[in-house]
Amino acid sequence: MLARIRGNWQLYLILSVPIAFFIIFHYLPMYGAQIAFREFIAIKGIWGSPWVGVDQFVKFFRSYQFARVVGNTAGIAVYTLVAGFPIPIILALLINNSEAPRFKKTAQMVTYAPHFISTVVMVGLLLQFLSPRYGAVNALIKAFGLEPVHFMGEAGMFWSVYVWSGIWQEAGWGTIIFLAALASIDPTLHEAAIVDGASKLQRTWRIDVPGILPTAVVLLILRMGQLMNVGFEKALLMQNPLNLQASEIIQTFVYKIGIESNLPAYSYSSAIGLFNSVINFALIITVNEIAKRVSNTSLW
Amino acid sequence: MAIERSRGDRVYQWCNNALLAVAIAVVLYPLIYVLSASFSSTRAVLGGRVWLWPVEPSLLGYQTIFDYALIWRGYANTVFYTFFGTIINVVLTIMAAYPLSRRDLVGRNFFMFLITFTMIFSGGLIPTYLLVRELGMINTRWVMMIPNAIAAWNVIITRTYYQTTISDELLEAAQLDGCSDARFIWQIVVPLSGAITAVNTLFYAVGHWNAFFNAFIYLNDDRLFPLQIVLREILIANDIDLELTGDVIDDEARQGLRELLKFSLIVVASVPVLMMYPFVQKYFVRGVMIGSIKG
Repeated sequence: MLARIRGNWQLYLILSVPIAFFIIFHYLPMYGAQIAFREFIAIKGIWGSPWVGVDQFVKFFRSYQFARVVGNTAGIAVYTLVAGFPIPIILALLINNSEAPRFKKTAQMVTYAPHFISTVVMVGLLLQFLSPRYGAVNALIKAFGLEPVHFMGEAGMFWSVYVWSGIWQEAGWGTIIFLAALASIDPTLHEAAIVDGASKLQRTWRIDVPGILPTAVVLLILRMGQLMNVGFEKALLMQNPLNLQASEIIQTFVYKIGIESNLPAYSYSSAIGLFNSVINFALIITVNEIAKRVSNTSLW
Repeated sequence: MAIERSRGDRVYQWCNNALLAVAIAVVLYPLIYVLSASFSSTRAVLGGRVWLWPVEPSLLGYQTIFDYALIWRGYANTVFYTFFGTIINVVLTIMAAYPLSRRDLVGRNFFMFLITFTMIFSGGLIPTYLLVRELGMINTRWVMMIPNAIAAWNVIITRTYYQTTISDELLEAAQLDGCSDARFIWQIVVPLSGAITAVNTLFYAVGHWNAFFNAFIYLNDDRLFPLQIVLREILIANDIDLELTGDVIDDEARQGLRELLKFSLIVVASVPVLMMYPFVQKYFVRGVMIGSIKG
């Protein structure tokens, strides 16, 4: 074995650069996350500040912010999953069932495109379209003689605007994997069904849907593992004082008290961030275990 | 299959295509609207008279952008970050993926775990921020390229690709001829795996073009700002400096120009990515597909 290691010294040398990157930019911050268990004092630095155990976490659990930011994060996450998961599947079935090849291509080309729009531009688009004064959506609402809706300024609208604009942007891209699963369904199944006189609707329901079910299960698992990872840039960009009640999520809160603030609370904000990381980690591990037992599919 | 299609099937096909057409319209309409609005006059935009095609066609929005120095500086910075950042990304990804694709590498499972683990657990925003500050990267161009130098996901798909395309026979033959590992990567592996390099290049480049957050927290020198930061100021913070741009006098014209400028800016900022996308769509799709195979 030593001979094999020595023989591959060049490979180790090459690999050392990316490994160094991962250690510095991923593992050092994990190690540095210990300031969550200290009370950071600027002149003493991270390593000299006194240990305080889990005080920072207790402070967060007891704060009035806790229910709000965790509730918003979980609420947006569940809304995104419930509303956003079935739509790419339906869209993929529609694309797959269309018998006009050029139309099919166009549908794919068009629906994939918004995936490439940046978050900043996406939020800019929302502001333009939903503006109560000049926005196209409110122009339509006014044309029906109704009162304009201040979508971005109402806390009650925030979750829906966030989730449905996300669906607009990502539903097409999400079909790719289901289209591939549909393409891999054995065509003889369809041929046999046609000979037996099955209608197109019956074939979709009895062949296509069961055919993509395993893929859907795996993706659902993946998504549940990522549940509390709410797209943070977008939430931050969409925030304004009027909708903050519904738009403050764990990560935007961490950013505000740990970086944006004039008196950044490094220990407290790190503790909140770590709380979020641990929940994400626990979710993905649990969900993967469940998947292994239930369906024999898992990520590792 | 020369089987006569039933009436039910024809109705079904019609409904299917109608629904699909609705989906296309829902996605496409906002994009067309933005494009048309950007070519309309300020009065048409303010008056809400744009519905589908440009109204009172004008290039005023684009002229304003042309004179707006901050936008061009942001554009130049973004091109810089995208170009050099992507080179760093792609080279480092190959340097991680090839050694890890070799079955004879002792400890490769450990290294693989080290990389994959970063996808499911992170130290969080604040420790990373403190580290970057400690490294003296704040307010430097490096901060836009180094902290995100490698994405674990790209390492995994690249490694999977190498494992399935670079055969052991090829390696043995090269080794018999006295080819070193470094040379083998450069002269055999990279030329033979153009598809995965293309996938990586495109994913990373789009990531850099659209990147916002690192610039937002690590940069405060406006000479270094990428386009997305400038976009945020104009589109979201509504912070538009029209004094610098032309001779607009009355308030309504000024307000109209603000709105028009936003539409034109959305077009200018998104066009590079959306223009190349139809030509390279298959590479993106391929990337997603390779990513779905368990490595």
